Order: sequence, then structure tokens, then C-alpha cells
Amino acid sequence: MSGEIRHPRPGVDWETRAYWEGCGRGELVLQRCRACGTTQHRPRALCVSCLSDEIEHFVASGRGRVHSYTVTHQNQTPAFREAVPYVLAYVDLEEGVRILSNVVGCAPEEVKIGLPVRVEFTQPAEPAGEIAIPRFRPE
Amino acid sequence: MSARVALAGVYEHPTRWAPDKTSSQIMAESARGALQECGLALKDVDGLFAAGMEMGAMGVVQLAEYLNLKPRYVDGTNIGGSSFVAHVRHAAGAIQAGLCEVALILYGSTAASNAMAIGTAGRAGSDPAAGFVSPYGLTTVGGYAMAARRHMHLYGTRSEQLAEIAVTMRRHAALNPAAKMRQEITIEDVLSSRVISDPLHLLDCCIISDGGGALVVTSLERARDLARPPVQLLGSGEAVWHQEIGAPDMLSIAASQSGAEAFRTAGVSHDDIDFAMIYDSFTITVLLTLESLGFCKPGEGGDFVSDGRIGLGGALPLNLDGGGLSSNHPGMRGIFLVIEAVKQLRGECGDRQVEGAETALAHGTGGLLSTLHSGATLILGRDR
Repeated sequence: MSGEIRHPRPGVDWETRAYWEGCGRGELVLQRCRACGTTQHRPRALCVSCLSDEIEHFVASGRGRVHSYTVTHQNQTPAFREAVPYVLAYVDLEEGVRILSNVVGCAPEEVKIGLPVRVEFTQPAEPAGEIAIPRFRPE
Repeated sequence: MSARVALAGVYEHPTRWAPDKTSSQIMAESARGALQECGLALKDVDGLFAAGMEMGAMGVVQLAEYLNLKPRYVDGTNIGGSSFVAHVRHAAGAIQAGLCEVALILYGSTAASNAMAIGTAGRAGSDPAAGFVSPYGLTTVGGYAMAARRHMHLYGTRSEQLAEIAVTMRRHAALNPAAKMRQEITIEDVLSSRVISDPLHLLDCCIISDGGGALVVTSLERARDLARPPVQLLGSGEAVWHQEIGAPDMLSIAASQSGAEAFRTAGVSHDDIDFAMIYDSFTITVLLTLESLGFCKPGEGGDFVSDGRIGLGGALPLNLDGGGLSSNHPGMRGIFLVIEAVKQLRGECGDRQVEGAETALAHGTGGLLSTLHSGATLILGRDR
């Protein structure tokens, strides 16, 4: 069995703080444009459709389906060297955006495209208190 | 109709392992080779184009200093491994606009002797944009592997079909004395090589080598007065694509945009292409590129690459030099796609020559399929 992924701590700036702090509270936070209704991820200050800065945050359901995935058997980076094999995946969220993450909580061979998954949160390798790392496990 | 532009000189550095050289030195030696073969000198160069893994933010300026050049046009566009294919297009625009006359495009790297883990190191650092990637262990291979997995899921594509691409590239490399890996392999060899990022095996992945090369681009009119037969730029396109917003089809790649523009501007059809140089970072890259360029329909790539079609003597021979899978891959490979296409169109390729080749396509992919990536396409033809 593989070791745990020691998720490197992400950099956080003012455009992404609401997302990461939401994760710290156990909420997956996405952005919606008040002007045109576009939902977007990753977070940024302006709408990717109309460049409006009327951006609001909302709590997503945390549910989605695996769009594609790979079982990674080799990664020379120290944080991942001992975690192999681990599952890297794109998850299509119910809200219509795609998010890169890991699928955990099952054997890698149980992961399939279309698998329903739900978000969970874990601390990065260097615990950061106010933030957490979202990842997914089968529903 | 703007003035026509041509590749006047090319040079592929013969090295595959150069612990005794710097990347700047490899670029300078390549520049010497390309200029010498067409009868130009450094003083004739007034446009400088370069990108590199070992080049910093002002890398093209440092390169100009290294070469003691004071160009009147510079372009350090870096869109990944496809950069040099795009540079040819940019050079053509600059030459047609009168902004320079002789463009020198360079690449050099000591990726192998520096022991760079290009494919299997985690991507990105700690900046906020990278924060959406770096916690999860995305590798270069992993990005391509997710595209391969999705293709298999939607279309039933098999690992044997991807392996066919690796086997064919190795067969071509066996005909290329400069190639790094020349011992022929079988489909079984590919399938039994260890899994790097499922479903991609070790032999689905390009090699890592040192190396570099140079291209000299000028007007067709001037190229006709130089020492080598000119190869004409007939058409081109470029594109930058990405994921996440709007959740687009992962399997539709930048090549669909850049390829369509290249065919349109060249005024040729797929049937006119005698051979193609397709960036083969991984076997899946070739398959998806062929589909997105329109050589076959989405989902048909697995069948397309089987039955010898992409081998020398087939209907669409690919990567006659052995490609990145077997000849060389010093981190970024786009320049070699153009070099081999030019040599083939001049008829200088010996055992691996595509007989009577008149029109070729070169397509570079940069970045990672399934995440941020770029595409650049050229259609090249013999001067007639």
C-alpha cells in the first residue's frame, strides 16, 4: 500500500484567499459573476466571460464525477515520491467547472471515469490552520 | 499576397550527451552549422529568436550578448516545446513586414547531463496560480496520461495501438545514425515496460537527451541565392488552450485551431501532405494530434496509427528521424520537427528518406495536454 500524499502547501494571495479559507472551514467555495452569471474556477478578480469585477463567492455542493484520472507510479518530487501509486484526477463539479485533485479513500483500481465523488478536506504537509486541501473520495 | 518566406538553412546538433558543453555553446555551434550550410555569416543575422529551459526572463538578450549580435528584431516567445515552430511563423511575419531580413532561431539544452526529471517531477512551484496544481502531484506524464485514459474510455483505444507509435518511431530511429535509441522494439516491449503514469508506460514516453539546433529563415527570393535549396513556408497557425473553465472536451487540443489555420493559409488539403513531423512527447500526443489536425476523425486515431500507415513507406509517414520517443528530446523538441521536415523535403535523408516528398506538415505541442498547452503548425513545401 502506498504512503499518504504530503500535499505541498499552496501559495495564497488575495484573489485566492476566499477559496483556501473556505476549504479551511470545510466548504468548497466557487465564484459566480453577478453581471453575467458565469461560474468559474480557479478564482480570480474578474469574470472570465465579461471581465466584470462583480464576483461573488458561493459554497458548492462538493459533489462531482471523475472526468479523467491517472494512477501515478513515478514522481520524483519528495512530497510524492513515497505516496505512489496515487490517483490524480479531474473532477467535473455539479456546478459546471472542472477541478484538478486527488481521489482517495479507495484502491486506485476502483477509480473509473464517471465515478461519483464528494469533496473532503485535509491539512497540507505543513499544517496551515486557516486553510485546507480539498480532495475527493467515492460517494 | 505577402512576399514568400523560406527556410534557407537548418542544423541539428549531433550531440545527445554533452556534459562538457553549455546550452549557450550548443546554440552557438548550431547557429554556426545552419549559417555555414547556406553560406551566410553571423553579421547577416538581424533577427534573433530563442526559447529554452535554461533561459531566464531576459534569456534572449543574454543569448544576443553571447553571440555578440545586435539584432533589430528579437522574439523570446516561450510557449513550451512548440515555441520554435511558432518562431518560424513569427519570423515570417517579421520578414514580410520588413522588420528583419535574416532570422536565426535557436535552441540548446543539456537536459540529460543536468539530470532534469522533466516528465516525472511535480509541476509548478508555490505561486498562487500554481497552488491549484502543486498540492496534487501533477507530473508532465500525468497530464498526458489523463488524456490517454479519457480517449480509451470514450473510444476503446488500446495500449497496443499507442505502442504501435513507439515501435514505429524506433524503427525510424534505427535508420537515423544520429538517433539516441536505435535498437528496435516490439509492442510487447512497450506493454511490459514499467507503468509511469497509468495508462502510459516507460516506452510511451519520450527520452531525455542533450541537444539543440538552428533554423535560418529569410525571404524566398533571398533564399534562392543561397547555398541550399530553399524550403518554402506555405502556411501556419498557432494556438494556446486550457482547461477548467467551462469544462471543455479534454481531447480536443490546440492543434485543431492551429492546424485548421495552417491548412487554410497554405491552400492545401490533407491528401497533399507527403509526411508529417508530429511532436511525440508521449505516444498519446501523436494520436490526439492526428485527430485534431483532421487526418482522421476523433476516436479513430487508434486505427489510423495501426497497419503501417505512419511508418516509412506508409500513407502518412511520421517522425522519420525517430522523434522524441527515440532520436532526441532535450526538454523542448519543436526545432527538430522543422529541421527534419526541411532535410526530407531537400531529399537528404538517406535510408529514412520519404521518396519524392514535396509537401510536409510539422506540428509542435507545448505544455501539458489536459491542462495548459499550446500548438503550432507549419506546412512546408519544396521550392517549385
